[in-house]
Amino acid sequence: MNHLLLLLPLLIPLYGAILCLFFWRLVRVQQYIGVAVQMGLLASNFMLLLYVNQTGIITTQLGSWPAPFGITLVADLFSSLMVLVSAVVGMAIYLFSIKGLDKARQTFGYYPVLLILQMGVAGACLTGDLFNLFVWFEVLLICSFVLIALGGSKPQLEGAIKYVTINFLASGFLLTGIGVVYGIVGTLNLAELAVLVRTPVAHPALITMAGMFFLIAFGIKSAIFPMFFWLPASYHTPPIAVSAFIAGLLTKVGMYALIRLFTLVFVLDQELTIPLFTVLAGFTMVIGVLGAASQNDFRKILSFHIVSQIGYMLMGLALFTPLALAGSIYFIIHNILVKTNLFLISGVVAHRRGSFALKKLGSVYLQHPVLSLLFFISAFSLAGIPPFSGFWGKFMLAKAGFEIDSFAIVFTSLAVSLITIFSMTKIWNEVFWKRKPDTDPMLDVMSEADQRVNRFLHVPVIFLVVFILFIGLYAEPVITMAQLAAEQLLNSELYINAVLKR
Amino acid sequence: MEVILPFLIGILFTSSLYLILHRHFFKLILGLILFGLATNLFLFVIGRLTRGGSAIIPKTEDMAVEPFADPVPQALLLTAIVIGFGIQAFSIVLIKRVYQSFGTNDLDDMNTTDQIEEKE
Repeated sequence: MNHLLLLLPLLIPLYGAILCLFFWRLVRVQQYIGVAVQMGLLASNFMLLLYVNQTGIITTQLGSWPAPFGITLVADLFSSLMVLVSAVVGMAIYLFSIKGLDKARQTFGYYPVLLILQMGVAGACLTGDLFNLFVWFEVLLICSFVLIALGGSKPQLEGAIKYVTINFLASGFLLTGIGVVYGIVGTLNLAELAVLVRTPVAHPALITMAGMFFLIAFGIKSAIFPMFFWLPASYHTPPIAVSAFIAGLLTKVGMYALIRLFTLVFVLDQELTIPLFTVLAGFTMVIGVLGAASQNDFRKILSFHIVSQIGYMLMGLALFTPLALAGSIYFIIHNILVKTNLFLISGVVAHRRGSFALKKLGSVYLQHPVLSLLFFISAFSLAGIPPFSGFWGKFMLAKAGFEIDSFAIVFTSLAVSLITIFSMTKIWNEVFWKRKPDTDPMLDVMSEADQRVNRFLHVPVIFLVVFILFIGLYAEPVITMAQLAAEQLLNSELYINAVLKR
Repeated sequence: MEVILPFLIGILFTSSLYLILHRHFFKLILGLILFGLATNLFLFVIGRLTRGGSAIIPKTEDMAVEPFADPVPQALLLTAIVIGFGIQAFSIVLIKRVYQSFGTNDLDDMNTTDQIEEKE
């Protein structure tokens, strides 16, 4: 049973994508297949999480090759949480794409590529093998390349060039790092690697050097401070359904890989890594939020906020206590949901108004009070206002920081929260509150067809807001689970024993 | 041979980064290809070079006879070459598309997505 649950997050989207390819011209059929696949994914990933929560870490050996030789799939709480959240976001994106994406793009293989992207995300989260991790990252990267360039409008092509070049370099660094690790230790299985780096065979300095390769590679992919410039230059260019998906999910998968490797394998030289991560986290937060403050475009503000939020996740890894890591995990879950939802809301507004530029928008509150309420909930969650989900993540991180007396990073993070509220109020004022400059809003009425589309686009937004409210207002089970996941991460013996069956 | 290869890898890495930093599209493509080559060669050399010993177990023995080449880096290398080929093919087509629709081959012209919209 546990074999099947581990494989389903990979197999369901794969078979779905293959099935979609048979109906290349029949977009309607692809849509039905897509939604069915998403429902299946949600159900199976939820069962995986329940199963892992009950029995602890589960593993399966592909092709029945025993652990250090074959490829292992591992699901602990952190990875199954990631897989579940990616399925939730995938569902929302699918519902949004049906009406929110133009027909031309949908006919050119949008659905199969999106499904393969989801398979890549699940694979990267579930694999227990270093090289396999690289391969899954390539799977999801190539799909995101295609999605960013799909349609070929000018800004898209320009964003794609930057995105492809920098991610190709990141993959090269990742591959070099894998080579170095294999050259020193002679294994690629993460569990065996974790055993071997703790023995005197491995030279700690060399292992740390290999770790820096991974820091650069995943740092580029998750947009950490000096390596984030590609993100605000490319993430806002594709249509909003694509933007929302890659913006919500991909950087967090990079963060997942970073947390996994730096809690399991590269833990020897913490006098170096912890101050380094602390500084990087602080700069990532500050630069991201300042960049957002200077922008005047709905999507670009949100893109810069991705960078800023990545800083919080890195902060948990930098503090390296159980509570801090639990905060990071909770924050990743919260951020995937909230960020995707904010992008989707900007898409709904743009569908109505035809623009993302703040100066052209306005009067949304007057005409669409429900949408405004949904934005209000998501934006306040992002900023971390108490009853909503962002607060709990920041609270855990700040508490963990105070416990080990790292006041500087905690105060930085709190100050950044304030500026986040500033950006969110800026969007609120310009898009929702202000009167639309050129037309009289009372005369501006939607056609019947437009109204139907608009109502349909609200469905995925409401779907995500339900989850955001759930993890905010009923945070107890999620936080407990995040704490258990953090304990599993810090107690590497559990992972090693589960994989190597000792 | 083993002395030359590390230097070759170094030269490939530096020249590829130099080419990527260039403004010209064609040099960007060359740089990406050389970067892929450099990483692949690095992966190959780091698995330790053994000549003339394949890791195939003879019928008469229980395990492979020393000296044999480590098959794992070779397998990784094959995968990496295929993936790299795919990405390079994609980026060449992408760059061609960009050249066609922008009518320029200067990367410095590609800065519109970074610009900040004016406020009123």
